[in-house]
Amino acid sequence: MSEKENNFFVDSAKLSEKALAKKHRLENDPSCRKDPMEYFPDMERITSDVRGKVIAQMEAYDESRYTAVDVRRALDHERCSIEDFKALLSRAAAPFLEEMAQRARRETSRHFGNTVYLFTPLYIANYCENYCVYCGFNCYNDIERLQLTPEQVAHEMKVIAESGMEEILILTGESKTKSDVHYIGEACKLARKYFKNVGLEVYPMNTEDYRYLHACGADYVTVFQETYDLKKYETLHLLGHKRVWPYRFEAQERALRGGMRGVGFSALLGLSDYHKDALATALHVYYLQRKYPQAEFSLSCPRLRPIINNEKINPLDVSEKVLCQILCAYRIFLPYVGITVSSRENVRFRNGIAKICATKISAGVSTGIGDHEEKYTGRDTGKTGDEQFEISDTRSIRSMYGDMEREGLQPVLNDYLYV
Amino acid sequence: MVKINGEPQDAAGQSVAAYLEAAGYDSRAVAVEYNEAILPKAQYAATQLADGDVVEIVCFMGGGC
Amino acid sequence: MVQNEEDLLELGGRKFASRFILGSGKYSLQLIEAAVRDAGAEIVTVAVRRANTKEHENILDYIPKQVTLLPNTSGARTAEEAVRIAHLARELGCGDFVKIEIMRDSKYLLPDNEATVRATEQLAKEGFIVLPYMYPDLNTARDLVDAGAAAVMPLAAPIGSNKGLVTKEFIQILIDEIDLPIIVDAGIGSPAQACEAMQMGAAAVMANTALATAGNLPLMAAAFRDAIIAGRKAYRAGLGRVLARGAAASDPLTGFLRD
Repeated sequence: MSEKENNFFVDSAKLSEKALAKKHRLENDPSCRKDPMEYFPDMERITSDVRGKVIAQMEAYDESRYTAVDVRRALDHERCSIEDFKALLSRAAAPFLEEMAQRARRETSRHFGNTVYLFTPLYIANYCENYCVYCGFNCYNDIERLQLTPEQVAHEMKVIAESGMEEILILTGESKTKSDVHYIGEACKLARKYFKNVGLEVYPMNTEDYRYLHACGADYVTVFQETYDLKKYETLHLLGHKRVWPYRFEAQERALRGGMRGVGFSALLGLSDYHKDALATALHVYYLQRKYPQAEFSLSCPRLRPIINNEKINPLDVSEKVLCQILCAYRIFLPYVGITVSSRENVRFRNGIAKICATKISAGVSTGIGDHEEKYTGRDTGKTGDEQFEISDTRSIRSMYGDMEREGLQPVLNDYLYV
Repeated sequence: MVKINGEPQDAAGQSVAAYLEAAGYDSRAVAVEYNEAILPKAQYAATQLADGDVVEIVCFMGGGC
Repeated sequence: MVQNEEDLLELGGRKFASRFILGSGKYSLQLIEAAVRDAGAEIVTVAVRRANTKEHENILDYIPKQVTLLPNTSGARTAEEAVRIAHLARELGCGDFVKIEIMRDSKYLLPDNEATVRATEQLAKEGFIVLPYMYPDLNTARDLVDAGAAAVMPLAAPIGSNKGLVTKEFIQILIDEIDLPIIVDAGIGSPAQACEAMQMGAAAVMANTALATAGNLPLMAAAFRDAIIAGRKAYRAGLGRVLARGAAASDPLTGFLRD
């Protein structure tokens, strides 16, 4: 059984007395933390009604009010309303999991056929200026830090491209000074040489920055809100740009205004009440889709994982069955969105969920820095940076491709047309 | 630099035919758009790439409804 | 049957015995040859994309030479993009046919009728044989006739939905009012639905997802072929309709979950 709460706080012997004192103050004294609603001076403010709509729905949602009758009605409806979706996310829907999965599979098949897309994430830097207590990259965590040079980025990309991969997701830790927009832009330009489709999962930025990175070759931006519960968010993101909750919420909208074709979303399940976070995540997509109908949308579903120096972090009450229920509900409510399942989940789960509702799966994954060659070929290539979290599925692209075919799915490396 | 399928390439001075061959394209299976106009296959050899040119090279793939 | 042999589909001056237009998306190249053969298809749609030097597989090597290629403009969000893709498709050297698809909504993938009319007009002027995919609207269909389309391709249901003739009433109006072949496109999910469309008087049926998601693709292609032939015969004979729908139970999907 899982414990009720995670203990996230870990001290490193390498921190100075002063640094430790500041860390402890941030952890224990809310009054010394910055207001999470207050933007930094360099942060763009946009006018949008999406956040208000999402949060109002989330705050009014009481999953315990829904019964089996509500779930039955939701499953009988051809089109899933917001009310139906709330019923499907509730505990009352747990006994209906198999029926939800059958329905989810039909919806997936209708929009995506039997296809499953494959991609590889590439971490190019793990420097971070935030103190997010659950994350392996957090600025107080004692890990090997590394930022790849453009030559090293190109080498990693070459290794990944030679494995046959055509889609790449570029990630960094959140350090605007170490990994500035120009640095990320150079990585995008390199990625366009090796891949057909370039996505970004980096710190939130302004519309003009997104416009620049789009011109450099990126077309998809993913930003995880982690939790939509502001009170909880404030206790987990204690320091840095990431502490500003509304600026993060508006990242996808700025990315679309900057010309990106697609945007990705997620809560990090296990941080807060998963019913509310799953509802808010899906509604974030729902309302933005109505505002930007030309855009493409995707959802992820990360659960908390152990990190270096804290092996005990776990997703609490978000069991595999709960995760499956959430994903089925996403699929039934938003049948047109892509659903990505990362290597945080194990082989058995990913094989099973790909047949129900996942449309995109990572392969050949490392969440460390500069170690793809070593992981792909076994050759030691020198200094590497530590990983963001432990992965549960180490399959290479080749073995993933074969496994997906054996599951009766059609693996797709890319069907992207740039016009 | 010549922009080919969105990528800057050091291809100025070559003919389109020479570029396609060197880059490994099957010229039988592709079509070429040269500065936003279709380039007929017969002109591949005579068309010299110059700095600032924009080239798209496309092929057929599976598609339907 | 002599009568049957004379019953040909005419598009842009070309005549076809088959009334089944086959899509080639969402399934592997290796299956295309069997699909075309078992479908008896004489027209196959393909899409255009950026070429990759790493790729040495050419879809054209998998499509029998006697088949007419119908390139589509998928990916286009405006009339201008559709025209550009059509130009590239023609330059690929497989004839003057083009199926216009313009979608500026990634959620429902519904065609933009107004932009479709503009692209049709432009491409027809340039000598293309234009088959526009459209939402079944009578006014738009009339505009497409004026714009020089060779046929009109209304959708039966949202693309990929396999829901069948959701827009049946409106397609029937087009069949009744428009003097061009009406080819029912998108949403046809079963041979029974294809048969019904043909019984209504459609000139042809296009299908792709229904086959790509079937358990046995070539066998489903043959089933569509037979259903389309049967529906055409029923139409010509003046017979009534067939309505068939059903759902199949499948194996449990959630047995893999552990906690």
